[in-house]
Amino acid sequence: MKHARSLLLKDQRPLSRKATAMRYSALSLLWNGLRGNRDWRPAWRQPQPKPHYDVIIVGGGGHGLAAAYYLAKEFGIANVAVLEKSYIGSGNVGRNTTIIRSNYLLPGNNPFYELSMKLWEGLERDFNFNAMISQRGVLNLYHSDAQRDAYMRRGNAMRLHGVDAELLDRDDVRRMVPFLDFDNARFPIKGGLLQRRGGTVRHDAVAWGYARGADRHGVDIIQGCEVTGIRRENGRVAGVETSRGFIGCGKLALAAAGNSSEVARMADLKLPLESHVLQAFVSEGLKPFIDGVVTFGAGHFYVSQSDKGGLVFGGDIDGYNSYAQRGNLATVEHVAEAGKAMIPALSRVRVLRAWGGIMDMSMDGSPIIDRTPIDNLYLNAGWCYGGFKATPASGFCFAHLLARGVPHETAAAFRLDRFRRGHLIDEKGQGAQPNLH
Amino acid sequence: MASLVPCPHCGPRPKEEFTIKGAALPRPAPTADPAEWFDYVYLRDNPRGSYAEYWHHTAGCRRWLVVSRDTITHQVAACRDAAAQGHAA
Repeated sequence: MKHARSLLLKDQRPLSRKATAMRYSALSLLWNGLRGNRDWRPAWRQPQPKPHYDVIIVGGGGHGLAAAYYLAKEFGIANVAVLEKSYIGSGNVGRNTTIIRSNYLLPGNNPFYELSMKLWEGLERDFNFNAMISQRGVLNLYHSDAQRDAYMRRGNAMRLHGVDAELLDRDDVRRMVPFLDFDNARFPIKGGLLQRRGGTVRHDAVAWGYARGADRHGVDIIQGCEVTGIRRENGRVAGVETSRGFIGCGKLALAAAGNSSEVARMADLKLPLESHVLQAFVSEGLKPFIDGVVTFGAGHFYVSQSDKGGLVFGGDIDGYNSYAQRGNLATVEHVAEAGKAMIPALSRVRVLRAWGGIMDMSMDGSPIIDRTPIDNLYLNAGWCYGGFKATPASGFCFAHLLARGVPHETAAAFRLDRFRRGHLIDEKGQGAQPNLH
Repeated sequence: MASLVPCPHCGPRPKEEFTIKGAALPRPAPTADPAEWFDYVYLRDNPRGSYAEYWHHTAGCRRWLVVSRDTITHQVAACRDAAAQGHAA
């Protein structure tokens, strides 16, 4: 938090605070426990939409809620509504595999994700909610000399940006995770790149914590409210048509993740995005087995173990455009094969649940936080499958852009027009092929 | 996603045999305006619903195909040879 404080703005505070939810503390927990837990109040209100807001955020996911929270708390703009077509936590913020890390190579990405990591490190204290943030380490395995060189380059880039990174050899990795198949015939494990500050977070608590925090600062979180149209007058956005009637706004901010293209189409914008399905899996509960997050450098598999004991794992996107929030069995099989190649002991583990989320895959694999050609319309999209770890910084930088009109310094590269200008941020070097990022 | 894709040359084949390229867009002329090329390379309609994509039957006839399917239900409506459609894949 010490690092993050200097990045936050302390000068602007909302004048009034609608204290609708109580502050949580050890004392309040004890007090309510003794009184039979009857006096807890809902963590956020269920307000009716007002006719007009200074800012409307479309999408009550992690990024939309975080943006509303920081707008109200750090930038003094509390007349804000977050419109969510379903319920809070129903989308990708509750569908990811809960990993946080800032192990990026490129200068446009690295400071942004490190800001996010620093915000994670102080988040629970900041929004007074237990998000079970656990910096248990993220280990990326390498299997060849070439891959070792690439990881060494990435680790050095991280350290030059002040991010922690350690290159491990085979013996180091063996001490950490002895149950891997080090002598796999095709992908022998030669070592790994470790970021100890990476880890996992309870993702539902992130949605709830931001929702509660935003609500405490006066933000209206309106669930069950689907945007069906964007009304424009004289080239500016006047407001949104919703399933609960017209709502006017001074600024409109889109944070609709996998549905970004559909929402932007309402304002006649065509985005450099494709929506793809990414699957995730949870196994039956096991005894403590995997301490941190481990990724198979040969691709298509990563795993961690939740505090309840289930293995939480996933692979790559299915590879075809989809809005279905469910994936294909061929990918399930492939992920299981890759997992077993990395950890043979997984072969008899039973999978409890599998699900899919819709990723807003951008054309270079990096996100967009920017203004649009329409003066008071703002866009936050293109998070690919890396949106969860970015939640705090995405919200903060989007709030900065909405309040100040200029990008935050760590998000200055995430421009919408970078594709036209040729300033791509292509972390994987795949080109304009979203299903390969 | 449907598990079987009706290849016009090989009949119904498992999805795993195919490699998916992406949106089946008409390629602009080499002399076309840069704005048109920008649109072709970077911008996508990305609709909820019916969508046409280039698929390569990698483990079959190795022909480029145009697969029309629904992005919500994953149902495949049609599968044609790309050359038969007049597109250069």
